[in-house]
Amino acid sequence: MLIKRIISSEDDKPPSTTDNDPQKETITLNLGPTHPATHGVFQNILEMDGERIVSGVSTIGYIHRAFEKIAEHRPFYQITPLTDRMNYCSSPINNMGWHMTVEKLLNIQTPKRVDYLRVIVMELARISDHLICNGILGVDTGAFSGFLYLMEEREHIYEIYEEICGARLTTNIGRIGGFERDFNDIAFAKIKQFLVKFPPILKEFETLFNRNRIFIERTSGVAAVDPEVALNYSWSGPILRATGVDYDVRVNEPYSSYEDFDFEIPVGTKGDVYDRYIVRNEEMWQSLRIIQQALDKIEKEPKGVFHADVPEFYLPPKEEVYNNMEALIYHFKIVMGEIDTPKTEVYHAVEGGNGELGFYLVNDGGRSPYRLHFRRPSFINYQMYAPMSAGMLLSDAILNMSSLNVIAGELDA
Amino acid sequence: MGKISNQQVIQILTSRFGERITVPTEPFGLLTFGTSAETIQEVLRFLKEDKELQFNYLTDITAIHFPEVELSIGVIYHVHSLTNNIRVRIKVFIDGNDPKIPTATNLWEGANWMERETYDFFGVIFEGHPNLVRILNVDEMTVFPMRREYPLEDPNRVDKKDYFFGR
Repeated sequence: MLIKRIISSEDDKPPSTTDNDPQKETITLNLGPTHPATHGVFQNILEMDGERIVSGVSTIGYIHRAFEKIAEHRPFYQITPLTDRMNYCSSPINNMGWHMTVEKLLNIQTPKRVDYLRVIVMELARISDHLICNGILGVDTGAFSGFLYLMEEREHIYEIYEEICGARLTTNIGRIGGFERDFNDIAFAKIKQFLVKFPPILKEFETLFNRNRIFIERTSGVAAVDPEVALNYSWSGPILRATGVDYDVRVNEPYSSYEDFDFEIPVGTKGDVYDRYIVRNEEMWQSLRIIQQALDKIEKEPKGVFHADVPEFYLPPKEEVYNNMEALIYHFKIVMGEIDTPKTEVYHAVEGGNGELGFYLVNDGGRSPYRLHFRRPSFINYQMYAPMSAGMLLSDAILNMSSLNVIAGELDA
Repeated sequence: MGKISNQQVIQILTSRFGERITVPTEPFGLLTFGTSAETIQEVLRFLKEDKELQFNYLTDITAIHFPEVELSIGVIYHVHSLTNNIRVRIKVFIDGNDPKIPTATNLWEGANWMERETYDFFGVIFEGHPNLVRILNVDEMTVFPMRREYPLEDPNRVDKKDYFFGR
């Protein structure tokens, strides 16, 4: 590498420096791949002039697991666990997004109660995603205690997941057509308890940060982005809304009966780290509103409905399989993938924790997708990181990274 | 849901591009049409800059491989008009042995990594791209792994073939 660079400097290009050039005035700094401040496995090679970043190059792909290739060899229901592992801070949203994509392909209409149950789970996931992001942002500015308060609440959300599906982080929650089982009474009790216990803690967290002078001075005006630039870089999610663009998939293209709910889309004005923090906090309040409304709406729906009536695609319960021939046949056909599916293509997007999470599915009628592409918001949001870091202080760049909420699993897929 | 309908969009597009826009379909309400590698940049620019359409948001760029047809690589663009709240999907099929297509980075900065990812997995050369190198795979890789000829696992394994499942 060294020789190559010296040779190229003999051309008419300006002499490029090497790492051990005594005349070089900048320092090359490797931020990552395993630095605690990156919160994930990805690297930035920064050219530093003192504390200031001159230029940067992002290197990603450290945990690339070829999900799109694997998905071409899996039946639809076996792709759900792959989606878990993308944004693992809010995996239920990924799961639901995938189920809804397949349901759109198969023209399955889910009952309203299923939609509302899904909304509850997705909004809980959104809260847990934003909790992590804002908590870590606090840690990166030097305030650890807020993070610890919030961590306890994330634990409560995970306990709700456990009641619903048995898992905590990589949830594999729900099935194509609905849920594998109804929410039990403990799950509903825990959700209601969460709605009571969480607001005071979020309030306390906001009291710690919102008007905290140190926090404001560290975040306000840092990494401010204009809406035009954000749109040019195809940003989506809270960071786009922090710049003032009110694009939210839940409103623009309502899925899972989001049109039945009354909620607001918070937007920022400057698109800086502080605005992103405020937008995420406000989204948590809105999510709480949505969950409360969903609980009220479920009361009015017929009890015990937790999946659509699609025997061709929804696995029957085991006791049915062992005692009922029809159920056995369907079970066999689903597992062996013998049911024809439409030969077409579908794009479905959901509002993930970080933005528009899209699934582009091309189906040839076989057992598995012909092609499945994930539009991963972290991947697309992150590409602006290196260009926007130029001229920034290193400590600001760390805050910028943590407020982008880049999740390595979603970045690399 | 959109403020302008798919019919209006296709009307505007055909009046502008005529024969160069092929076979509009609407799978699940999403307007899909094809064009050629020569026209794609012009189409994208028109979609983005037209005062009425305002497809100002590039959602995604990806590709698909059909090894058995002549133009085997399809590059697929999803473009979104946030003001009109409508999406379109544009497909461009190009020769798999010499997959070349003009870049969209001159229209959207965000196309940069999407095109790098598409290059990385399908080998599509986006002409004019500022830095077309691999992004997720290692630099030393010599193949384009999402093409159909590269198997996920041992190609001699037959127990997962479709004909065992009645197809």
